[in-house]
Amino acid sequence: MSSFQQSKAPEDSAAELFTPLPIKRLLFNSGMTALAFALTGLALIPLLSILWEILRRGMSSIRLNMFVKSVIDDGFGNAILGTLVMVGIASLLSIPLGVVTGIFLAEFGRGTKIVNFVRFVTMILTGVPSIIAGVFAYGVIVLSAKGFSAVAGGFALAVIMLPIIVLTTEETLKLIPNDQRLASAALGATRFQTIFRVIVAAAIPGITTGVLLAVARAAGETAPLLFTALFSLDWSQDLFSPTASMSVLIFNLYNDPSPERNRLIWTASIILLTLVVAINLSSRFLTQKRIKS
Amino acid sequence: MLALIPLLASRTLLNRWIMANLSKPADDNSSKQSHPDANINLTVTDGKNDWMDKGFTLIVYVFATVTVFVLFWMSWVIFEKAYPAIIKFGWKFLWSQNWDVPNLVFGALPYIYGTFLSSAIAIILAVPVGLAVALVTSEDFLPEWLRSTVAFAIELVAAIPSVIIGLWGIFVFIPFIEPFEKWLAKTFYWIPLFHTQEPSGSNLLTAGIILAIMILPTMAAISRDVLLATPPELRSGALALGSTRWETIFLVLLPAGFSGIVGATMLALGRALGETMAVTMVIGNSSVISLSLLDPAYSIPAVLANEFAEAENVLHVGSLTYLALILFALTLIVNIGAVFLVQAFGSHQKE
Repeated sequence: MSSFQQSKAPEDSAAELFTPLPIKRLLFNSGMTALAFALTGLALIPLLSILWEILRRGMSSIRLNMFVKSVIDDGFGNAILGTLVMVGIASLLSIPLGVVTGIFLAEFGRGTKIVNFVRFVTMILTGVPSIIAGVFAYGVIVLSAKGFSAVAGGFALAVIMLPIIVLTTEETLKLIPNDQRLASAALGATRFQTIFRVIVAAAIPGITTGVLLAVARAAGETAPLLFTALFSLDWSQDLFSPTASMSVLIFNLYNDPSPERNRLIWTASIILLTLVVAINLSSRFLTQKRIKS
Repeated sequence: MLALIPLLASRTLLNRWIMANLSKPADDNSSKQSHPDANINLTVTDGKNDWMDKGFTLIVYVFATVTVFVLFWMSWVIFEKAYPAIIKFGWKFLWSQNWDVPNLVFGALPYIYGTFLSSAIAIILAVPVGLAVALVTSEDFLPEWLRSTVAFAIELVAAIPSVIIGLWGIFVFIPFIEPFEKWLAKTFYWIPLFHTQEPSGSNLLTAGIILAIMILPTMAAISRDVLLATPPELRSGALALGSTRWETIFLVLLPAGFSGIVGATMLALGRALGETMAVTMVIGNSSVISLSLLDPAYSIPAVLANEFAEAENVLHVGSLTYLALILFALTLIVNIGAVFLVQAFGSHQKE
């Protein structure tokens, strides 16, 4: 028997090992757990309420001919077209610029000062409020063209979409294992060939996800369109005149007393909400599948 | 579509390079002692390949420059368009309360006040709840699948367009909270904060609560990342020393992630400052400063949303752009600070 083994009775040793916590500490622990769960439940309530209420009020309002008539005739066909056109213009401007800048951030020297500076500026751009992007587009296009247009709205949306695409592209490209780049270089490919034939080709799902998320964000934006594309009750003639959009329609008509216009805003809300939730859900599944594989 | 073009071009070029180089005879008749591989030239000298590579590199650098340029261009345009109001009003603009469109007298104080106060209410409400959500989704209170589902559900709120949240605010939230606000006004009338006779639902308090709902996902998601990045040794060490779970959280984890959590708060604040649509629809749009939270107010993004489209006079547009410049500068400072904090936290953790 070593000197460490004291001749204590087993009950005393057991008592030492199983001393319960003081009641204050126990209460604090359980109380905080309960509080944390209560606050989390509180945080989830608005989401459930929003989804439930919008669905409930919108479902009863859908009429099929809304999709083909303009606002004057109690439809929102011109608003859907306007949103599609302006998001299209924004995509045309921001996707090439964003993907190539993302490639720059991931492939052209990862720890260097220039790359860190560009990433820093892009992260700042993500935080710029959307209404400031609208003021920017106003100053650049609306004042020069002396009129509101879909092009100005598309430009504002492009400024909002750009940093999202840059950052998600960079994240996706960083996930591609380095061995592929080395193997491609070993086979004699130039940097251009490596990037496009090997890296970007493997990263297309992730880049598409990023682009879709940016599109979802742009489709729901209202503030930048309020004074760049304005609104229009009828079909727009061309890209250089005021254009309706789904989000501005909701904002302009929510006060409207007429029941037909009221139906419009709830249906428009359902469409926007469904679009946004669907894109976010599918991008979540795509990302999870990629991580699993 | 855009991606296919360089792919096709590079495939053709690569094939041509392979054909050109692999069809050379392996041994040379000149000398039997020279190594057979000595004649293979691995440098890319084929003209088109090299030009493609150089051209691509140039495009990449140009596009990256354009992206950086957008931020500076934006700052310049906003400053330039605000210039008429800057030289007319100067710094006085920031504390003058007069916003008189017909007489062309403009002052920013009501809007700055409303913006700050609604964001302050939002931060006070969102930080504790956001931290609670972050802790529940990072600690192992719940099974893993439930944790990520809750985290995803909270992030979904951030994706909902602001105008839809405003719509929900008007038609669902305001009827819900109005009895509570009326009770507050009756019971606490003597406190200047609640000194309103008959609060309608559209006031600073409602706007602050709705803003809190909107910035909660930002706060929760980034705090969650911060908490997940703390080394597990901290947790196990604290537990080994006999602390309960919540003692570990308050005494070890939160102090360890403090800079990251402050960064998350600042990012959430930046979002709250710039939020437009939901605020415009519920804040009441009155440019009279009042101490009571239950009185209608105005914020910078709200007045921009409401007045910019019809503004024609150069001084009116200039004053509105001056307001936008103030908001831009504010969010810039908050966001730069936040990015520094979150990045500093990340690099600190890697050491």
